[in-house]
Amino acid sequence: MKLMNDRTLLIIFAAFVLAAPLIFAPTGAAYPDLLQRFAIYGIFAIGFNILFGLTGYLSFGHAAFLGVGSYASVWMFKLLTMNIIPALILAVVMAGLFSLIIGYVSLRRSGIYFSILTLAFAQMSYNLAYSVLTPLTNGETGLQLRLDDPRYLDGASVEGTLPSTNLFGLEMKEVFWNPNILGYDLQFNYGYYVCAVLLIASFYIAMRIFRSPFGLMLRAVKTNQNRLRYTGINTRPYTLTAFVISGMFAGLAGGLLATMDPLAGAERMQWTVGGEVVLMVVLGGMGTLIGPILGAVFIKYFENIFSKINEGVLHSWFAIMPEWLDNTLVAIVSPFVGKGWHLTLGALFMIVVIFLPGGLVDGAKRIGGWITGANRRKAKAEAE
Amino acid sequence: MDAILLQLLNGLDKGSAYALIALGLTLIFGTLGVVNFAHGALFMIGAFIAVSFSKLMEISKITIDPDKVDFLGNPAKIKTPYVIEWFGNFGHWLVEWSVPVSVLLAIPIMILIGIIMERGLIKHFYNRPHADQILVTFGLAIVLQETIKLFFGANPIPQSSPDLLKGSVDFGVLVGFAENTIIYPLWRLVYFCFSAVLIASVFAFLRFTTFGMVVRAGMEDRETVGLLGINIDRRFTIMFGVAAAVAGTAGVMYTPINPPNYHMGMDFLVLSFVVVVVGGMGSLRGAIAAGFLLGIMESFASMPLIKDAIAAIGLPSIDQIIIYLVAVVVLLVRPRGLMGKAGVMEE
Repeated sequence: MKLMNDRTLLIIFAAFVLAAPLIFAPTGAAYPDLLQRFAIYGIFAIGFNILFGLTGYLSFGHAAFLGVGSYASVWMFKLLTMNIIPALILAVVMAGLFSLIIGYVSLRRSGIYFSILTLAFAQMSYNLAYSVLTPLTNGETGLQLRLDDPRYLDGASVEGTLPSTNLFGLEMKEVFWNPNILGYDLQFNYGYYVCAVLLIASFYIAMRIFRSPFGLMLRAVKTNQNRLRYTGINTRPYTLTAFVISGMFAGLAGGLLATMDPLAGAERMQWTVGGEVVLMVVLGGMGTLIGPILGAVFIKYFENIFSKINEGVLHSWFAIMPEWLDNTLVAIVSPFVGKGWHLTLGALFMIVVIFLPGGLVDGAKRIGGWITGANRRKAKAEAE
Repeated sequence: MDAILLQLLNGLDKGSAYALIALGLTLIFGTLGVVNFAHGALFMIGAFIAVSFSKLMEISKITIDPDKVDFLGNPAKIKTPYVIEWFGNFGHWLVEWSVPVSVLLAIPIMILIGIIMERGLIKHFYNRPHADQILVTFGLAIVLQETIKLFFGANPIPQSSPDLLKGSVDFGVLVGFAENTIIYPLWRLVYFCFSAVLIASVFAFLRFTTFGMVVRAGMEDRETVGLLGINIDRRFTIMFGVAAAVAGTAGVMYTPINPPNYHMGMDFLVLSFVVVVVGGMGSLRGAIAAGFLLGIMESFASMPLIKDAIAAIGLPSIDQIIIYLVAVVVLLVRPRGLMGKAGVMEE
């Protein structure tokens, strides 16, 4: 029994994404900047999942492609035009080229060697961007827009302010509709909807890949690569394609980050960023369609919320309790919030890997099965 | 010639740290078959044992100096560490030699931490895929590093070596060069000697004791050793503790060279992994050789002479990325690493 078919899933997903400024309003996350990050990291995680979820190849180096995407699109903003279309195209193409080279080398090995190789490449790109390639990347300061950039298509800006990114004249930052619904002040901006449309498109592509013979082949690689080899199939073209596709998604995400804020720094290439996308995919549920997006939203949301909680906020939460209990609770909880968010994230991640290898999606399924009694029926069927 | 020798020496201390961490990683991988991403965190915990010990030694009784006032006119305070008040000269000695003394402290603590880690967490991951092992130890590394950050803050905490070992030694004179050509900090020499002794003792332990023999046999064929009625799991657990102790003491002794901060573990881990892979997964000798090799190559690549030579042929400077370049080349030319055995983690 399938819960729903793909078309319904896609429609529900699209509706949800498009209505996100409304849906997230009660959670306090409905401001454009954060929503845009949800969508961008969602795209990043979807792409990563095509590699890790389907083939089982664990890459720690995808931050490099994110960084390449950002640099490529900022260069487009500097040289050509502030329109985001050429920037995004170049970001995807450059990230694709990079991932082709890195993937070609790294995929000669598998398992732990692959992870370490990608890690080494990411660190290498980071160091290169930081030091040697300074003419291209502007080193420590990061690549920024300047007033005297040529921008051949736009012409030089006259008014003496930096132009902002746009899509055929629609400025990304511009809020086009600012209604007040149910007492919430909602903001709909163009930037989010560009990201949202791309997120839906990415989701659709991922879905097609999951259902295709190509996707099936990737799953076979994960299950038993040796058996595939013995049957005379060369698996490398398949894994390399998956690697390049995921690299292009990462490049798109990097390009979109640059459209939010036309600035690219080397720290975007550091391997901890690559580690973060691993956390997102595993937390959400690797190898599932919706899991990576869930993981991305979860991490970005709680990062935003948790890091704002300080002791004062905690005291106001526990104010109804007696003072000694209030103080103890604050003392217990405060290391995990505010600056300690990464501690919570690490602990949560460990718990998920240990007890719930399928991630949040698997957890939801188990709880769902528990409520509807599907688990009992299944156990019964197995017993018979 | 003297410049080459100087770079060789410069590479040694970093190489020693790489080799020690890589040795521990390889021990764990060779015995238990687990890839431990939290190994860098053990190095860092070792460093913070030294920090805590020296802080402990510096807890002072504050008395007021009757004669002097500070610039605001308040009476000046004299801090006397309690250990000095209690033990006199021995106390002085403890404060000054806090870093080497904390090695003694670190060994039992690290063995204990290692055993708790193995029994409490990693034991449950033997039958799960390598990716899961990487993920869970990666999570553990984050937790450990953030916990340290919580207690010690994000800034590096400088540690000093004992006064006796603080200066530099004119190494050139010892080997027959002119004076003042090769000046080398004494503590780095100590660090190198320390790591050489540590490495030698780990090898001797494996080579010449019955315990070590059983462990080596278990590394070859765990099942058969188990069938002979030997509790190989317990011995492997102890080896995990030993590996943790090696990483921890390496961290303790490294504190005067580089002030410890909470993310030093991760920084060293990435490089140590590269070292292990270059040396060959599962080969102890390979790990040591590759550790020193990469440390030395790193220092040579930053040598002005070589930098100029590389710039002369039109290439950008490579001192930042030499290690990764070497790793990529080695893996492409000789995929199992310099001294890797056939069949170990080929897939």
